[in-house]
Amino acid sequence: MADYRVIEVKQSVFADNDRKADELRARLRREGTFLLNLMSSPGSGKTTTLLRTIEALAGELSIAVMEADIDSDVDARTIAGAGVRSIQLHTGGMCHLDAYMTEQGLDALRAEDPALVDLAILENVGNLVCPAEFDTGASANAMILSVPEGDDKPLKYPLMFSVCDVVLINKIDALPIFDTFSMDRVRENIACRNPAAQVIPICAKTGEGIDAWAEWLRERVATWKSGA
Amino acid sequence: MHELGIVFHIIKSVEEIAAEARIGRVSAVTLELGEVSGIMPSYLQDCWRWACDKHEVMRGCELVVEEIPARTFCEACGTTYKTVAHGRICPACGSDNTYLVQGNEAMIKEIATPEEGA
Repeated sequence: MADYRVIEVKQSVFADNDRKADELRARLRREGTFLLNLMSSPGSGKTTTLLRTIEALAGELSIAVMEADIDSDVDARTIAGAGVRSIQLHTGGMCHLDAYMTEQGLDALRAEDPALVDLAILENVGNLVCPAEFDTGASANAMILSVPEGDDKPLKYPLMFSVCDVVLINKIDALPIFDTFSMDRVRENIACRNPAAQVIPICAKTGEGIDAWAEWLRERVATWKSGA
Repeated sequence: MHELGIVFHIIKSVEEIAAEARIGRVSAVTLELGEVSGIMPSYLQDCWRWACDKHEVMRGCELVVEEIPARTFCEACGTTYKTVAHGRICPACGSDNTYLVQGNEAMIKEIATPEEGA
């Protein structure tokens, strides 16, 4: 006879995070805050894109930013310089954020200033693998793919592209130099992973395409707040 | 490198399951991991010991990993083949009209406790 007993579980290893994420989404829905989870590889221009986004929307929406990094607060200081509330989340060496860390971030924002915001943006850790596996509780997932990274990224990191509602193709001003990058091919590759994903070409440096991106966000925030 | 985060989530889930089942000590956790789940069993084991020993219920708990081989089915010709060897293109007919049948699992299958049932 065995000196131990076995209890059958049959539960996904992500189940507890998924439950937390759903809880968080319900809370955000009640509070009228749209949470955008922004993902990308390091150096794709997340922070510059954020600055442009804030510039485009700050007059009409209240915005707060949570910067996740393994260490340092360079990004949070840059964002605070743009005049919106920002906090730095340190993941303590971890390569992604999960719903629990996101909740801590939202609570920390709340502790600083109890006023609710229309749009909270979570700048996830620069990484195309792990952040895609952990639901943060966000209302929508966005990712930035920059031209120098190549148009085959959707084939190499399928999960990331399959969880995204919108893909921003950044640094389009570099297209003449990185002439092996094809806008048609990248659209095809993204559609092959996720036919529902919207693709918006932008250049965070010059501001090109930011209007279309701001419009996408504006509509999503409005729909979220109306409870649809 | 996401294995540490995954270990934390497994521990959190197992602690909840143990509390519900009124178990004070868990001696083993068995996972079913697909070959293409993107989770590396050896990395999981590396973080496991370190993370478990911080939790009373999990102290000394063993991690058992049952690997599930990845298989892909071809809708064009009906062949089932080994995913890792051939990827998305069917080795029998060359079609890319294929889907993964198994191999993406990341499940806590069962837990073991040295304690008697109530």
